Amino acid sequence: MESTGIIPRLEVSYPDDVLHSYQYCGQDVVLTRKKHILDICSFIRDQCAMNHLMFLCAVDNSRRKEAIGKNEYERFEVVYQFYSMTTKHSIRIRAQVPDDDCSIESITSLWPGADCLERECFDLMGIHFSSHPDLRRILMPEDWKGHPLRKEYPLRGIGEWAGYETLKEKSLELRTFDYRSSQKGNE
Amino acid sequence: MSRKISFNCPVQAGDEDRYRIQMGPQHPATHGVLRVDLDLDGEIIRKCNPHVGYLHRGFEKLAEHRTYVQNLVLTDRLDYMAAMANNVGYCEAVEKLLAIEVPQRSRYLRTMVCEMARLASHLLWLATHALDIGAMTVFLYCFREREELLEIFAELCGSRLTNTYTRLGGVRQDVTHSIMMKLEKFVDSFPSNLEEYETLIDTNRIWLKRTIDVGTVGADEAVGLCLTGASLRGSGVDYDIRKHFPYAAYDFMDFEVPLGETGDTYARYRCRIEEMLQSNSILRQCIERMPPGPIIGDDAPDLIMPNKPGRKVEVDVPAQQSLIKLVEDRETFMEGDVYVATEVPKGELGFYFVSDGNGTPYRMHIRSPSFLHISALKTMAKGSMLADLIAIIGTLDVVLGECDR
Amino acid sequence: MGQLNENDLVKIKDGVSFIPGASALVGPLNRIINWGRAGSIWPVTFGLACCAIEMMVAGSSTNDLDRFGIIFRASPRQADCLILAGTITKKMAPVIRRVYDQMPEPRYVLAMGSCACSGGLFDTYAVVQGGDNFLPVDVYIPGCPPRPEALIEGLITLQKKINQEQGRWSQLV
Repeated sequence: MESTGIIPRLEVSYPDDVLHSYQYCGQDVVLTRKKHILDICSFIRDQCAMNHLMFLCAVDNSRRKEAIGKNEYERFEVVYQFYSMTTKHSIRIRAQVPDDDCSIESITSLWPGADCLERECFDLMGIHFSSHPDLRRILMPEDWKGHPLRKEYPLRGIGEWAGYETLKEKSLELRTFDYRSSQKGNE
Repeated sequence: MSRKISFNCPVQAGDEDRYRIQMGPQHPATHGVLRVDLDLDGEIIRKCNPHVGYLHRGFEKLAEHRTYVQNLVLTDRLDYMAAMANNVGYCEAVEKLLAIEVPQRSRYLRTMVCEMARLASHLLWLATHALDIGAMTVFLYCFREREELLEIFAELCGSRLTNTYTRLGGVRQDVTHSIMMKLEKFVDSFPSNLEEYETLIDTNRIWLKRTIDVGTVGADEAVGLCLTGASLRGSGVDYDIRKHFPYAAYDFMDFEVPLGETGDTYARYRCRIEEMLQSNSILRQCIERMPPGPIIGDDAPDLIMPNKPGRKVEVDVPAQQSLIKLVEDRETFMEGDVYVATEVPKGELGFYFVSDGNGTPYRMHIRSPSFLHISALKTMAKGSMLADLIAIIGTLDVVLGECDR
Repeated sequence: MGQLNENDLVKIKDGVSFIPGASALVGPLNRIINWGRAGSIWPVTFGLACCAIEMMVAGSSTNDLDRFGIIFRASPRQADCLILAGTITKKMAPVIRRVYDQMPEPRYVLAMGSCACSGGLFDTYAVVQGGDNFLPVDVYIPGCPPRPEALIEGLITLQKKINQEQGRWSQLV
């Protein structure tokens, strides 16, 4: 894939936001701050004709080797991949999100399809998307504790989900149920 | 004397026709464990709120704890109707990350199994979609052909559904003469079988009434909703990963991307039917042009299971240890991130890898088409009739294993 | 009316015989009820994951479960068998229990596939490690996913189990 020329345009338009850009395996990647992410995304959509949002996900950088000890990296990042169906160019934006202010602007106004992807990021990584119309957990139950994809979350989970505990208790209780003795009182 | 009936939810005056219905997770037409909360006004859907996550198994977390090779088996369980296509997608992504070359023959083999998977998945889609709308016979017809494909899969790699056929740098087994004969027989008879389905439903009055102008999405709206695959092409958007980012041997294949115009359920149905014919023609080209040569590359990461044909395996090293050792020995594991998308029957399946320089992915994100399709349900079902919701769920071709991951 | 001879009876299975021309069955009530019940297992149409596809194949024309009297019912109230076909997640577990609770007695549970038996390869935060954590499972079918033939084998095993039951047909016994 040849260079798309979008990175220089982004650098000119948003000099304060673009931290760093590189090519890896022929894919263009830009590291940005999170402040003007909505503007950057709408710039990419409207000025660069990138109409297709390929994916949106969040990455926990806390144990990432390339991120440790570097100023431009924050604890989390939200990754956007855009593609232009007409010019066949694609670009990846990595917006850095710090731990103490774990929120970023939602892009649902630009791509309605980002709705569930952002909810997934909130659910599994705990990143808040401001101005998202309906930010709830999507994959885990509503009262689940913790955000599973964070690096400190163990694979088998912390504790047990309350709903499952109740279910187990209930099934133990029903195991001893006896139909005949339950009918005796009614006779 | 009138009896006073108390409802659980307060009904306000003028709101007597409004209902709230929860459809699923146990419902025969939701294709698994999808739950849809509906606000109805009589029979018209005012608000549709899909709930997913009933099959969330923690793929992405699990992948961070396993090596790249071990993760291959997880991809089978994503879209279990077309496991082969998922295997290929995963391998293409890891190969791009590790810069592994794939020999020509195995690229053709991958294309072949991908298209077989597409046929199997589309047949299952047609079967269940028709069953949901009320055409029972199509279900029985489609399963007849699907069984043939699954038996070829079983002969090829020993498993019907969860194949794990591809390997990093190639494929597991070469095709035998008998497999090719069976496939050729299938390819020859398939177009006439497809005609049988078409005679059943293509101009069937009930089918037309249930599909035309149902769940209509415009081209721009479909792109905004991140629809992919046939669900997008039904609206007339020419976007097929096989053409945009050719992988495996799609570069060398002659095929067209069928497009719809109206963007309704019928257009998507036609798209998928045409796609099946195209897949059949790709299969024929694969059979005719299959090049000779090795099926796994020389620089493929060699592992205890499976051993590369003709190479000795050290048996005294405990399997787990050597697995880790072999993967760690590779110098090609680099720090970086890569996103590779492939066209699976449902749409665009992408893998986003963040590599940290060791044998396990630092982060693996799966861009699953079904997840985005289900979120589009909210928009598509609004204002339609309750009975049409079944048709819309069917036409989006969702599979919950891939959606919830 | 002549006397009924042992040789006139048509033996259907152990202990259950049929009187030709009289549309009557002869045998202990236990056996007759078990025979009837084993020949008409009605599972709920309830697929969870991959195994559900193989369950559908088992129900389609190639394998044809109908010949065993097994007919899938969409409502748990009409069913007496729950096939756990696929991975059980913690979010799904209360729903499955609820479906089970809605089924009338006598009811049976089949765990189909490694995930339903033991959690399979998903030893993660979200997956229940086996359906027997909250349901009384009668038959376990291994495989990932089991072939349709394996499911049929499992259902036949369930039939055998039903045939050995004693007095599960009345509260008086």
